[in-house]
Amino acid sequence: MTEANGTSVSIQDLSLNFGAVSVLQTLNLDVAEGEFIVLLGPSGCGKSTLLNCIAGLLDISEGRIFIKGKNVTWEEPKDRGIGMVFQSYALYPQMTVEKNLSFGLRVAGVARDEIAKRIARAAEILQIEPLLQRKPAALSGGQRQRVAIGRALVRDVDVFLFDEPLSNLDAKLRAELRVEIKLLHRKLQNTMIYVTHDQIEAMTLADRIAVMRGGIIQQLDAPQTIYNRPVNRFVAGFLGSPAMNFLDGQVEAGPVFKTDGVSVPLDRYVFDGTERPTGACVLGIRPEHIAFGDAAKSMPFSASGSVEIVEPMGSDTLVWTKLGGRNLSFRVEAERTLRPGDPVQIGFDPVRASLFDAATGNRL
Amino acid sequence: MSDQAVTLPASAGAVANRLEASGPRGPKPRHVFSRRNIFLYGTLFVVAVYYLLPLYVMVVTSLKGMPEIRLGNIFSPPLEITFEPWVKAWSTACTGLNCDGLSRGFWNSVRITVPSVLLSIAIASVNGYALANWRFKGADTFFVILIVGAFIPYQIMIYPIVIILREVGLYGSLAGLVIVHSIFGMPILTLLFRNYFSSMPEELFRAARVDGAGFWGIFLRIMAPMSLPIFVVAIILQVTGIWNDFLFGVVYTRPDTYPMTVQLNNIVNSVQGVKEYNVNMAATILTGLVPLIVYFISGKLFVRGIAAGAVKG
Amino acid sequence: MSKSERPNPLFRNLNAKIASIPMILTASVIFVGGTVWTVFYSFTNSKLLPRLNFVGLDQYYRLWATPRWLISIENLLIYGAISLVFSLVIGFLLAALLDQKIRFEDTFRTIFLYPFALSFIVTGLVWQWLLNPDFGIQHVVRDLGWTSFTFDPLYNSSIVIYGISIAALWQGTGLIMCLMLAGLRGIDEDIWKAARVDGIPMWKTYLFIVIPMMRPVFITTLVIIASGIVKVYDLVVAQTSGGPGIASEVPAKYVYDYMFFAQNLGQGFAASTMMLLSVVIVIVPWAYLEFGGKKRV
Repeated sequence: MTEANGTSVSIQDLSLNFGAVSVLQTLNLDVAEGEFIVLLGPSGCGKSTLLNCIAGLLDISEGRIFIKGKNVTWEEPKDRGIGMVFQSYALYPQMTVEKNLSFGLRVAGVARDEIAKRIARAAEILQIEPLLQRKPAALSGGQRQRVAIGRALVRDVDVFLFDEPLSNLDAKLRAELRVEIKLLHRKLQNTMIYVTHDQIEAMTLADRIAVMRGGIIQQLDAPQTIYNRPVNRFVAGFLGSPAMNFLDGQVEAGPVFKTDGVSVPLDRYVFDGTERPTGACVLGIRPEHIAFGDAAKSMPFSASGSVEIVEPMGSDTLVWTKLGGRNLSFRVEAERTLRPGDPVQIGFDPVRASLFDAATGNRL
Repeated sequence: MSDQAVTLPASAGAVANRLEASGPRGPKPRHVFSRRNIFLYGTLFVVAVYYLLPLYVMVVTSLKGMPEIRLGNIFSPPLEITFEPWVKAWSTACTGLNCDGLSRGFWNSVRITVPSVLLSIAIASVNGYALANWRFKGADTFFVILIVGAFIPYQIMIYPIVIILREVGLYGSLAGLVIVHSIFGMPILTLLFRNYFSSMPEELFRAARVDGAGFWGIFLRIMAPMSLPIFVVAIILQVTGIWNDFLFGVVYTRPDTYPMTVQLNNIVNSVQGVKEYNVNMAATILTGLVPLIVYFISGKLFVRGIAAGAVKG
Repeated sequence: MSKSERPNPLFRNLNAKIASIPMILTASVIFVGGTVWTVFYSFTNSKLLPRLNFVGLDQYYRLWATPRWLISIENLLIYGAISLVFSLVIGFLLAALLDQKIRFEDTFRTIFLYPFALSFIVTGLVWQWLLNPDFGIQHVVRDLGWTSFTFDPLYNSSIVIYGISIAALWQGTGLIMCLMLAGLRGIDEDIWKAARVDGIPMWKTYLFIVIPMMRPVFITTLVIIASGIVKVYDLVVAQTSGGPGIASEVPAKYVYDYMFFAQNLGQGFAASTMMLLSVVIVIVPWAYLEFGGKKRV
């Protein structure tokens, strides 16, 4: 990555309380220059609140915020060197696109030709030149969001903040604009902090993802690491669609995982620490990591069962069976025709699985 | 599945054919003169007549001569239309020693209403904006006091205001009354604007802050231009409210600066001289004309105004 | 670090605070200060000018021993009960009628609401004319042959307050109708569909489902009507000037007359304090529930 260039945004011990309610708790986050960070989490996890704190739109209770090495904790939003894109676009309805883009520059008293130059550049990058004289009401959702991005672009800032920018768009447009944002990042090489609850956006866009819950960053890592080695059960369950399968059971010496007549040998599993824990735990395995049919037989763990439900999803098919009395889903190619009741052989390699402490939910 | 679909109509076919000949088909018939409609429109019509009758009687009476009024009945249309009473009411009717008609009161009311409406809306819109978007410590306390104040009988604050106005030398002047109207218009208007600004997307305000606009910049360049409808509602509310005021007019002005309502009451309820009912009714219509015109022109906005002013959003 | 000291909290949002000065002054000086001042001076024997000569509760004893005040209170109670009951019932019924997806709804609504645009002075004078026994409704009915017909509420001291109430209802019911109509329109359409599918008669749906759902609207309307009742003044002045005799006096008029005509400020202050007291009992719990109790998000 570009860590060599230094830190762009640094958040130190940030806390935010609304009265007695603690929204963010001693939160630390360092964002490298040019990095694309995604804050991911369910609604109410504090991700948008954190973004608003970075923008200076919310006063924080404790801690400090640095942007480009400058302590901006008490600075006004306009003085922080940030641009922001909002979920509802937040375009000024009575102004044309051009006036929307230039409003901030006009407030700041930027010279006219400079304004024109910056607007021309932003309009070219975002391909909104034909829209400049229109009012926001005459634009489609995708066009509006482009203008909203343009408003951040003309500010010529180092840090872009995105607050769920694609949530108001339909699925097709969302996918299109996602690609465009990624291209934009590659072209501009700005630092971007992006808030979303959509894991696909997070996986596709991020250099690193910060998964949040209850005002705390649960895990901050590259998308693949978060996907393959989630630090706790919450992160494991939040990422991935269809969701990870969870089996309640015990780890026993061996080590081996046991639940209702099923025992999974864990010698190939990579434990987090050096000690070998025992006791109640949860085994998680993603549907795509479960092998099926002949391939299953060669796996370190394999079992047989029967098909309960078949959910065709177009590109592939999700099949539900039972393992140790619990529902378990796995993916097969769309061409496979399985019917409820058919016998199946399944299996997986424990190196692909995740083990969590049943009480704390932490990865073992 | 497919073989079922074929057999179903075959077995049910015979029954269906028999039903088809006699059963209801197509749109359900509706009777324009159903009992429900007669009751509904009949009731509404009667009530409407009741509501319109006073207006009708006012107009009819004001167009009759006094002899016709003494002989005839108040509901009958004028046999001979005369505009004499209107002219008299406007230009020569007497209040006390002044005999220059309601025109004086009309112009006083105009001079009171215009600045009061502008001042009260200017203050209240900024208040509402500050309350909705720039909450500062203690602001809500003052707001609650303001709202409670709207329901407190004015009588309890009348005299202290007399003293304050006397101290600053505005007691009895139009300027003093303008201030009083701005003060007592503040609660409902502030509530109106606060609710309106609160309903605007918060992100718009945030975007403007990121763009570097300050308190006045956001208000004048973003919020106010987006809020024209609510300003119109406020204007309607204030024009009718201030024009119709009687209590403040009678307390805070002198006879030569009396607003129209006070002067009208003095004309009609004066005990001297012969009662000229036609002139009285003409004067009454003239006084009610401004709010009525506002009402009929504004239509739905008026309804929205009173609903917004009354029920919190 | 570019800044080491936290900005003074007093100057945060400075512009918002400056802009709120008129509101702060109005709330504190006029609404709180004025009220406290009047209550305070109601314990003095101020006559023509306010004087700090305390006489305890004397003004209140005198007030409650004055027939004119007692009549005012009685009138206010009758007027209040009539306004409350009839404007709620008529207002709701009219709103329910208008809510039946009828044609000309706008026309009817415009007709029912226009009196509300008129001042109480205009309303009072029109009804004074309509109820004039020599020319008005009584005269017309007698001309039709009913020579013994009597309808002269404004000239009969035992029923004059009812005559005033008729005018008040004519002026104010349209507003209540509008509020109720807004409330009815706020009810989820699906409620009606569900009731229809369940076969519940319309009047039962209104009585047992819709009206309970409109509780907040009713409460707000109630507060509006109630605060209007206490303030009633112009209507009486225009229609009867308190007559015949003192038969149609109301508290607000009592206050005004004692402050500005009888030159007995102490009595006026005491009477207005009593008015305040009656309103406080109604308003404070409501305001607390509406604005204080729950925090806005």
